[in-house]
Amino acid sequence: MAVATVASAKGAASRPRYGSMSRNRTWALRWSYFFLVLFAIFFLLPPVYMLITSLKTSQEISAATNPWWVFHPTLENYRGLLTSNEYLTFFRNSALVSVFVVSVTMLISVPAAFALSRMKFWGSATLATGVFLTYLIPETLLFLPLFKMFAMFKEATDIELINRWWVLLILYPTLTVPFCTWIMIGYFASIPKELDEAALIDGASWMQTLTKIFIPVALPGLIAATIFAFTVSWAQFLYPLAFTTSVDQLVLPVGIITSLVKADVYNWGQIMTGALLGAAPPLIIYAFLMDYYIAGLTAGATKG
Amino acid sequence: MVDAVIQRVEVGARPRQRSSLRKHMQRKSTVAFFMALPLILLIALLVIYPALYSLHLATLNKSMQRFVGLSNFTFLFKRETFWMVVQQSCIFAITAVIFKAIIGFFVAHFVHNIPAKGQRKWRGMLLVPWVIPPAMSCLAWLWLFDPSYSAFNWILAKFGIGAIPWTGDAYWARFSVILINVWIGAPFFMIMYLAALKSVPEQLYEAAAIDGANWWQRMWYVTLPMMRNIIAITALFSLIVTFANFDIVRIITAGGPIDKTHVFATWSFWLGIQGGDIPLGACVSLFMVPILAIAATFILRDINRRGSEV
Repeated sequence: MAVATVASAKGAASRPRYGSMSRNRTWALRWSYFFLVLFAIFFLLPPVYMLITSLKTSQEISAATNPWWVFHPTLENYRGLLTSNEYLTFFRNSALVSVFVVSVTMLISVPAAFALSRMKFWGSATLATGVFLTYLIPETLLFLPLFKMFAMFKEATDIELINRWWVLLILYPTLTVPFCTWIMIGYFASIPKELDEAALIDGASWMQTLTKIFIPVALPGLIAATIFAFTVSWAQFLYPLAFTTSVDQLVLPVGIITSLVKADVYNWGQIMTGALLGAAPPLIIYAFLMDYYIAGLTAGATKG
Repeated sequence: MVDAVIQRVEVGARPRQRSSLRKHMQRKSTVAFFMALPLILLIALLVIYPALYSLHLATLNKSMQRFVGLSNFTFLFKRETFWMVVQQSCIFAITAVIFKAIIGFFVAHFVHNIPAKGQRKWRGMLLVPWVIPPAMSCLAWLWLFDPSYSAFNWILAKFGIGAIPWTGDAYWARFSVILINVWIGAPFFMIMYLAALKSVPEQLYEAAAIDGANWWQRMWYVTLPMMRNIIAITALFSLIVTFANFDIVRIITAGGPIDKTHVFATWSFWLGIQGGDIPLGACVSLFMVPILAIAATFILRDINRRGSEV
């Protein structure tokens, strides 16, 4: 009888608990959505405000009306920038630098990652660790000695490196190559050994193994690394600020900041338009290749 | 009979195979070395050499012609600005990393809570601050913080709150640069933590639920221990990047008002490039090394440990 009472009490207690659990879950879901909306507003506010400002005329920007609304939308800022030689030069410099840096990075890091992950040689393990450590050295530590080195290089060989846009082609790989090599080592290491053994037995050379087996199999990793190299070289700010000064040698981030901000007269409509157009290439790549982008982001720390 | 045939075939094949194998092994390490050579040269010439060279640079005088020993360091120690920069760099990095970690952790949970169908969309939207180049988004923030047209102050005015000097007042300026850093970095934490959350086996939660664990206990005894590695490594990575940050402070305040927001990177740029005193700037940037070295050691230990586990 005692058992029966316990059982019935339990039954009585557990039935409403199921209900409360599902109710709890509904509430958890509602709260999650509520906070997600809140954080989405916080995270998207600046880019949205960029867009709002870019559609305004200078008169409307300096008027005392609601800054969060466009009363007289205009594309004048876009037309102004896309017909200005200066801005197009920045864009061209940025594009050239990024494309070259991505190519150089891939040419250096893919064979190196292959060698480090598959073909052990003397010191290869140390080198792999070293690659990772170099990735942790920030550019803010290196820009002054590099600046001085390039100045000395000019004295020695009479080749001017400073204030040339292509000096960035030498500098940016120091940021992109270590990380790309590191994540490619991770991707290559995850390929089963049997695959390249089979290729070698079939008489493939190491180069053929790399190009015919490893690159196709590790293609997602390769895309992730390419996206990383592109976004880093597109966004880099310190090196171009320190190493280039003439208007025709600047890349986008520095160009917008130094040339659109003329003599303390901020033309905010144009600055926001320039910044938005400058942010567009990474955003477009991200929109189409989001999964690769995120894979590359998490690979740095989760693979190894 | 069959055995004998196989044996004979093997015997016939062995010598040739072995010699070609040996040749192969000999060639293999050479080929590998040449494949890695560009990487080695790049790291040696453009990373290791400059890093060591900056040690030498820091011991020269302003015109870089005379060896002055440690007098650049003693000169810095006597300057009040230097200690302010040390303090501000630490406040900036530690506060920003803590807030990024907390916000990232909670947002990751919110995304994880909602049905899997909508997660991709939300994740994509929430990562946008990380994707925009920092120099571009800082311009948007600069405009949002504009002394006379600040859109934030316009909203605050609607609630009857007076204008906030976002970049004009030392304390508000410090708050502003940290806020922007958190805005840029929190999505990265969110992505990392979300990946970690997804890797926790569902059975563990079921087992905990059967044992009667409440939400808090599940979090404390299941989620956090499973995520500990990722939490630590993400925070250390972020600590390095935040400590060496340049873009935000440079664009938003350029170190002002009266050097109150300078961090190591911006101050060494200010001294070295704009002030023309490269040795002193190199000297300042060298002070980042201890913290970077400590964080790097921990990351490396963690990665090696995980490498040996797998």
